[in-house]
Amino acid sequence: MSILMVNDSADFNTLKELLGVTDGNLASHAKALESENYIMIQKQFIGKKPNTSYSATKEGRKAFTDHIDALEKLIQKR
Amino acid sequence: MEEKDYLKDISEIKNLMNRSSQFISLSGLSGILAGVYALIGAFIAKMLLANHESYYIILESHTFKMMLLTAFSVLAMSVATAAIMTYFKAQKQGENIWNKTSKRLMINFLIPLVTGGIFALLLLRNEIYGLIAPVTLIFYGLACVNASQNTFRDVRYLGITVIILGLISTEFSGYALEFWALGFGFCHIIYGAIMHFKYDRK
Repeated sequence: MSILMVNDSADFNTLKELLGVTDGNLASHAKALESENYIMIQKQFIGKKPNTSYSATKEGRKAFTDHIDALEKLIQKR
Repeated sequence: MEEKDYLKDISEIKNLMNRSSQFISLSGLSGILAGVYALIGAFIAKMLLANHESYYIILESHTFKMMLLTAFSVLAMSVATAAIMTYFKAQKQGENIWNKTSKRLMINFLIPLVTGGIFALLLLRNEIYGLIAPVTLIFYGLACVNASQNTFRDVRYLGITVIILGLISTEFSGYALEFWALGFGFCHIIYGAIMHFKYDRK
């Protein structure tokens, strides 16, 4: 979600490289986020190669911002 | 103990955000060099002007062509130096110089820059000379501010400074050369130095 907050979209390989996870790991986490409607998955073909790109939804952004706010409050409360 | 985890969480988030959108191999040293080239170029142009005989410089005159040549050389050398030094820095960091972020960086930088360049050339063609220096400075500054989304934040401040210089230079029509020297010369040296000491030695 962090990555998708500051980029309009990111493709599968970029996410995989930045997060350092396996294909299956990334795919299952993405599915989970999509079922919560936090991200949007777009599958298309670039020429002959399949390309999957992910972007954050409005709900996803809100949930992420809430999460950050909560974390900050917890740190400030100490 | 709990607090450490939250802090770690936040720093990981920030880390991912930065790594996915910022190109960090930009070399500050090349900025300093670009500034130096610009100052040398401005000096050469000043000499050319001093040696020119008549009061006005016409478009076809030898002096004007030499000045144009100087400007292009400064530009070419600055770009080449920046590209080469950034390439080496990227190598040292184990990063690829050509990835999604650097592509976005290039596009964001080039759109205002090329617009400004074309606009300046059109002004030249229409003999509106007084605005050329301000226009080049302003559009270059805008290009920097736009590009700073995809690289170090300092570039944004360089951009804003150059924009302000460009706006001021509109009021001082005869001093294009001096403002160029300030904007492309001194500003690059200063910001390049800041970036160099902040980021180049890692």
